Amino acid sequence: MNKKQRRALSQLMLSGPYTVWMAGFIVIPLFLIVYYGMTTKAGAFTWENITAITSSVNLKALWLSVELSFICTVICLVLSYPLAMILANSKMKNSSLTAFLFILPMWMNALLRTLAWLTLLENNGVINTVLKAIGLPAIHIINTPTAIVFGMVYNYIPFMILPIYNVLVKLDRNVINAARDLGANAVQTFLRVILPLSVPGIISGITMVFVPSLTTFAISDILGGSKILLLGNIIEQKFKTANNWHAGSGLSLVLMVFIIITMVVSSHYEKDGESASVW
Amino acid sequence: MSDKLIDLINISKSYDGQVVLDEMDLYIRDNEFLTLLGPSGCGKTTTLRIIGGFETPDTGKVIFQGKDITNLPPNQRDLNTVFQKYALFTHMTVEENIAFGLRIKKKSRQYIKDKIDYALKLVNLDGYGKRSVDSLSGGQQQRIAIARAIVNEPKLLLLDEPLGALDLKLRQDMQYELIRLKNELGITFIYVTHDQEEALTMSDTIVVMNQGYIQQIGSPEAIYNEPKNAFVADFIGESNIIDGIMIEDKLVRILGAKFPCVDTGFGTNRPVDVVIRPEDVELVAPEAGTIAGTVTSLIFKGVHYEMDVMANGYEWLVHSTKMFPVGEAVGIHVDPFNIQIMNKPESEDEEAVTIDE
Repeated sequence: MNKKQRRALSQLMLSGPYTVWMAGFIVIPLFLIVYYGMTTKAGAFTWENITAITSSVNLKALWLSVELSFICTVICLVLSYPLAMILANSKMKNSSLTAFLFILPMWMNALLRTLAWLTLLENNGVINTVLKAIGLPAIHIINTPTAIVFGMVYNYIPFMILPIYNVLVKLDRNVINAARDLGANAVQTFLRVILPLSVPGIISGITMVFVPSLTTFAISDILGGSKILLLGNIIEQKFKTANNWHAGSGLSLVLMVFIIITMVVSSHYEKDGESASVW
Repeated sequence: MSDKLIDLINISKSYDGQVVLDEMDLYIRDNEFLTLLGPSGCGKTTTLRIIGGFETPDTGKVIFQGKDITNLPPNQRDLNTVFQKYALFTHMTVEENIAFGLRIKKKSRQYIKDKIDYALKLVNLDGYGKRSVDSLSGGQQQRIAIARAIVNEPKLLLLDEPLGALDLKLRQDMQYELIRLKNELGITFIYVTHDQEEALTMSDTIVVMNQGYIQQIGSPEAIYNEPKNAFVADFIGESNIIDGIMIEDKLVRILGAKFPCVDTGFGTNRPVDVVIRPEDVELVAPEAGTIAGTVTSLIFKGVHYEMDVMANGYEWLVHSTKMFPVGEAVGIHVDPFNIQIMNKPESEDEEAVTIDE
């Protein structure tokens, strides 16, 4: 065996496991979804699984998914930006520890965290008990879209904070100083320099929050009490309750289109390799 | 050149108990090219940042054109800064970078356009206006940073090691460019560097700093030829710094031999530091020199030969156009005029001969 062959073999051996992984767990499943989504149970080609999205139930669920994900993303952004700024600017020696504390909940099981919100938001839950105790009227949140948004924001906000924090913390102090030096006051400096320079982090955060919000079914299941159906819930039902993989796959493909659009839009804004990675 | 443009009075600054500037007084005249020179951590950048408004001194006042600006934020000071590593706005084009300050000041569109054209010409980057900042080389970015500052017509331009990130050739070109700019614009420059050659080339006045203290203020010639203490002598160029005893006026004993010199007023039998520049050491025949020694190393440097000569227990650094091979016995002669006598440091504050770089 000559040197060249040996080199080729070692490359094959090194990349082999990844190739198998990617083929087995990414490419093949994707093809299967496309296959199921475009065939009937008998195996004949059809668009029906995909066009099923136009039924009023599905369309309503899709619209609600987009709407709630959008609201959730906006709330996350509004809450995260100031926080990321405070964290990035804090002169505390342990500002990274503070940042760590904010992402600590991510270490717990997402289902558990969502169930905790259930206990808080229930009609006889912690919040209402407290409200009653201080003489205020109880509020009905559980099983409403509001409850779902609560759950989404709580679960996904770290994904917004981190990329923005990462961009802000890497901003050259002197660039901000330069803006001040050239006559800009604090507000002008923020609007003209800091905010535009943090766009990659914002875009990254929006993608990281919007996409999982769009596809979630667990959060809406628990906090929506199975009464409010997002597209994720409908897909889940197709697979698990109706046992109709073809219909489920068809709707998944529709959802995938929305995700791809989000990705394309965000990658458009991310400069060459300068995107703010989450970690 | 008599007006004080900026006056620093009794400025002190410390970070976490570490004193960076200690009761510094310094004034800068109108239209002066002043360089703050020193090793890293000497307080030169902090001084600049205090003038720029990015730091507030713990004590003392900054007087600018007769007004106390100590507590004014940077955006209200009539001066501009060229930052280390340029600090350009990467999300803007070259033009937008240059226009930034003018747009904030709400200048007319035509005025801004004229200014951009003028500034780009001035820094020899005509036609680069629409480029993105990232597409420029380091030297070009530096010119844009300068253009961005000077379109605002500041009275005073602060430059924080602006050439530090450039390679040697480009740095030398930019040095001449900066001198030209300074002369064309007629504004005052305060320049921070740790590069003594840069300081000597460009400045009207050099302020040598170390450990938060001003060691010496003077023209480049004065700083080089008559360093006030061993730190300055060592930092500005290479030199032989030798312990000596001032026997009487115009006579000093170094390494057991008596050297005539021109300095007076040090008293009698007083310990002093003696500075002799390597180019001022003349190598002669062994019996013709004040002391005799042997050449221990020889390196060709292009302009001159660099030799080490061991004589009376001290290794002399010698620069000469005449070559003496290793092992050759030579005599050392120094012209009295080229011997610089300095007082020994009196306090620990002044004792700072180590260069931490």
